[in-house]
Amino acid sequence: MERLDGNAAAGLLEEVFAREMTTAMETCASCGNEAVVATTHVYMGDIGTVLRCPTCEQVLMTIVHVREELHVDLSGVRRIDLR
Amino acid sequence: MAAPRAGWQSATLRDKRTETDRAATLHLSTDEWPGHRAGQHVDVRLTAEDGYQAQRSYSIASPPEDDGDVALTVERLDDGEVSPYLVDEMAPGDMCELRGPIGGWFVWDADDGGPLLLVGGGSGVVPLMSMLRHRAALHSGVRARLLLSARSLDDALYADELHALDAGDDELDVSITLTRTAPPDWAGYARRVDRSMLEEVAWPAADRPRVYVCGPTPFVESVAAGLVDLGHDAGLVKTERFGATGS
Repeated sequence: MERLDGNAAAGLLEEVFAREMTTAMETCASCGNEAVVATTHVYMGDIGTVLRCPTCEQVLMTIVHVREELHVDLSGVRRIDLR
Repeated sequence: MAAPRAGWQSATLRDKRTETDRAATLHLSTDEWPGHRAGQHVDVRLTAEDGYQAQRSYSIASPPEDDGDVALTVERLDDGEVSPYLVDEMAPGDMCELRGPIGGWFVWDADDGGPLLLVGGGSGVVPLMSMLRHRAALHSGVRARLLLSARSLDDALYADELHALDAGDDELDVSITLTRTAPPDWAGYARRVDRSMLEEVAWPAADRPRVYVCGPTPFVESVAAGLVDLGHDAGLVKTERFGATGS
């Protein structure tokens, strides 16, 4: 699957967080690296979208579509700073 | 309970202009377009008669100063689900759904200043064109350089407009490199973007240009790495990757 970046997930993230998210900062729960959401590594498939830490490649966030539902797993993110 | 699907609105194709054999610019009008910033994109959603939906992201080509319509330049991917319809079949009066404008990071406002370095691969030039049109509409004196990589001159989006902008503006330089075929009398670059090309085209790193790189993932990563290697501050190099697939 082709690697994209957080810009590609901007619309989906806005659906989840109800605000512009590409400028937000995410701290990776695994390595502690801070990265602007736009620079995270993003993989988009038919059933869902995965955001990975650009430093250690651990999963930060998964967003899965099941019919009309969205399931969001944020366990790979230690904190999110909005700006 | 159904998850919210906020933000979708219907859009009508008002006008379509052929850009190249593979790309067209679609002028879409919506009831309520909130305005956008140069560099932002929209999500386009198509629904088939059986209810099947497909959506893709497309960069906005028009500048914020254009009232009313929003223009998207779309390149056809032959095995795509959405782009063949948008480029070949959708006719004025036809409708689709639109969500946006989207994104707040890969944007440039004239107030941000420069110098500006824009590097686009293929249709990656589309959001950069919005920035240059924004710059032109405001008669901004920000020094700007664009490097556009295209397979051939026929594939180079906006070549005529870029040439005209370049010719009429001392503070703008446009360079084009053709990676597959070049005319016999071609005076520009005719190879993939490499370090020496970036060294010639880019502002010196000491000038701390604001850099925007957009294109397919391998192009973007190669250009961004080359610029950082030349001493550019990675924090000033903004990148946007696009691929053949979407959600």
